[in-house]
Amino acid sequence: MSRPKVAFFDFTSCEGCQVEIANFDQDLLKMLQAIEVVEFREIMKETCSAPLDIAFVEGSFSREKDRARLQKIRQRSRLVVAYGSCAATGGINALKNHKPVYKYKVEVYGADATLPHLETQKALPISAAIPVDLAIPGCPVNRDEFVRLVSDLLHGKAPTIPNYPVCMECKKKENICRYELGDTCLGVVSRAGCGALCPSHDTPCEACRGFVDTPNLNSLVDVLVKGGMQPAYARIKAQMFTANLVEE
Amino acid sequence: MGQKININLQHVTRVEGHGNIIVNATNGKLERCEWQVPESPRFFESMVRGRHFPEIARITSRICGICSVGHQLASVKATEKALGIEISEQTDKLRRLLKHGENFDSHILHVYFLVAPDLLGVSSVMPLAASHPEVVKRALAMKGVGSRWSGIICGRSTHPVRIVPGGFSKLPTKAELLELKKLILDTVPDVKATAETLQSLADRIPAFERKTEYVGLVDSVEYGLYDGRIGCLMPDGQRTLLNVEEYRSVTNEWVSPLSTAKYTRHQMDSYMVGALARINLNFQQLHPEAKKVAESLGFSVPCYNPYMNTVAQFIEAVHSAYAGLDLIDSLLDAGLREEEVPPIQPRAGRGVGAVDVPRGILFHDYEYDESGLCLSANCIIPTNQNHANIQCDMDQLVPAMIRSNKSQAEMELSLEMLVRAYDPCISCSTHYLDITFVK
Repeated sequence: MSRPKVAFFDFTSCEGCQVEIANFDQDLLKMLQAIEVVEFREIMKETCSAPLDIAFVEGSFSREKDRARLQKIRQRSRLVVAYGSCAATGGINALKNHKPVYKYKVEVYGADATLPHLETQKALPISAAIPVDLAIPGCPVNRDEFVRLVSDLLHGKAPTIPNYPVCMECKKKENICRYELGDTCLGVVSRAGCGALCPSHDTPCEACRGFVDTPNLNSLVDVLVKGGMQPAYARIKAQMFTANLVEE
Repeated sequence: MGQKININLQHVTRVEGHGNIIVNATNGKLERCEWQVPESPRFFESMVRGRHFPEIARITSRICGICSVGHQLASVKATEKALGIEISEQTDKLRRLLKHGENFDSHILHVYFLVAPDLLGVSSVMPLAASHPEVVKRALAMKGVGSRWSGIICGRSTHPVRIVPGGFSKLPTKAELLELKKLILDTVPDVKATAETLQSLADRIPAFERKTEYVGLVDSVEYGLYDGRIGCLMPDGQRTLLNVEEYRSVTNEWVSPLSTAKYTRHQMDSYMVGALARINLNFQQLHPEAKKVAESLGFSVPCYNPYMNTVAQFIEAVHSAYAGLDLIDSLLDAGLREEEVPPIQPRAGRGVGAVDVPRGILFHDYEYDESGLCLSANCIIPTNQNHANIQCDMDQLVPAMIRSNKSQAEMELSLEMLVRAYDPCISCSTHYLDITFVK
């Protein structure tokens, strides 16, 4: 059986999810026995004209002119996987969405802000431009989860991403709750799957994987305030990685 | 003569981020020669405004997935200066050890995955897996060491989870440091094999020289990476040292219509940052083992060939491996102490942090209000500082290639290799965070 042809593409992002894939060490060679990477601009000069089985897309959709490139990728590919939080939810890029476009352009580029190549718009998930078959959250993407989900896709199994909060995984790790330590934490409403990585390293969860499907955000604000946060800040606290999911 | 050159490389491959090379020439007359940076702007400066100080390094880390360790370190250093936070000697050593890990990791990635295919005459590392499996296995093993090195110290090499203002939220154990020591020692044969491979390919590195200014950290403690003052080296050998707070007098940014990232200039039309700049400034502080490798590769300073940046990176990777071993011994000899990060009282203030990340000197500059909310930020990224130098190199290289009747394909490859030699981190450089207040 021929290996499925896959390609990697990047849009507005730090390209850290690609780096995480490169960090597989010798397992990368094993993975290459299961898939054939035919296009990956960051590490390859080659391009491919044959149809793709999977297109992996990293980064947010943040410029109208990127829409055509995304549509072309969609046309070429049987499956499109948005991987990493920028692609899945808009991720960190969406933190700017709460500011008027003109204002942040002037803040960054001053009088030159009107130059046409500085065009930008709200940072949105890839699904805002094209239909995606799977969105894998995480900043950066979790290597093991990535392999599991891709393997599920290739074997025709429905890929599942946890829909319970990080607290579940944190408790299983027997970590002391950040709130008990006088800190605050977003693990209560954040989508698990990372193994409660940050609290396990004694730092709070910042919800890099987005929220569970039905987060109680009013209750989150109450909990943050009880934890000692100023109410005004508690209301915007979760915007760091979930700006597209939080009301103004 | 008489040929028409029409190079239009949209999105140069095997570089981080998006850059274009455009060259047009007719009958030996150059009409256009441009290095363009069309990366999507991200506006990190706006993102951090109004955010609380413990979050800032976690946000600015996301500027770059390859040098997120360096961004976090520059970020917490700036915050520590602004808020008057002291760090312990142990934290200082651990951060230096971490910085060497990032340097090793990133340089191996660049040398093997992005540059080596050009030297071996292939399009990417993919065909090498079949033709040179031992080289690819070695590359992946070394890359793995780099990534685990950072992971042991800061929890994860891409967007670390333990670096906080004041120190580390959690420390590696003695056993983990011993494991790291073994990892580095076990990679020494691979390092030696890499030196031999590079030696055998050295004649494929283009000979091109252009005198320019070199800028990088100069540190009294060690080879400039984690800390120090801004060193500027001119072609006549004149050296200037400036405090990091004076960084704006070096970077002098300007907006080019070719780029979403800003350009910089100091004492000449452009300057270069990165491994070649650091090694030109700090050669004497290299570890003796790294100096030996430099000698075996025929490398000496001052070196004005930008293509040699790759060689300088490898020499630095050797330096980082041995300097890392020394730091681990020093940490273990002193006895690893369980240190709590002291509670931080926010205060109004401004601070600048500089580190020399794999691609060059990086500045983070923040201003906080009395409650610890960020009022303004400015980050100047290494690749930003190299864009103008790449353009100046092209301005000298392209006419020379036209004069010597190079074919379009040869010119294309030389220009791609030039851009790759700089190891540009373009997506990073347009995450430019300078702020000009609206009057």
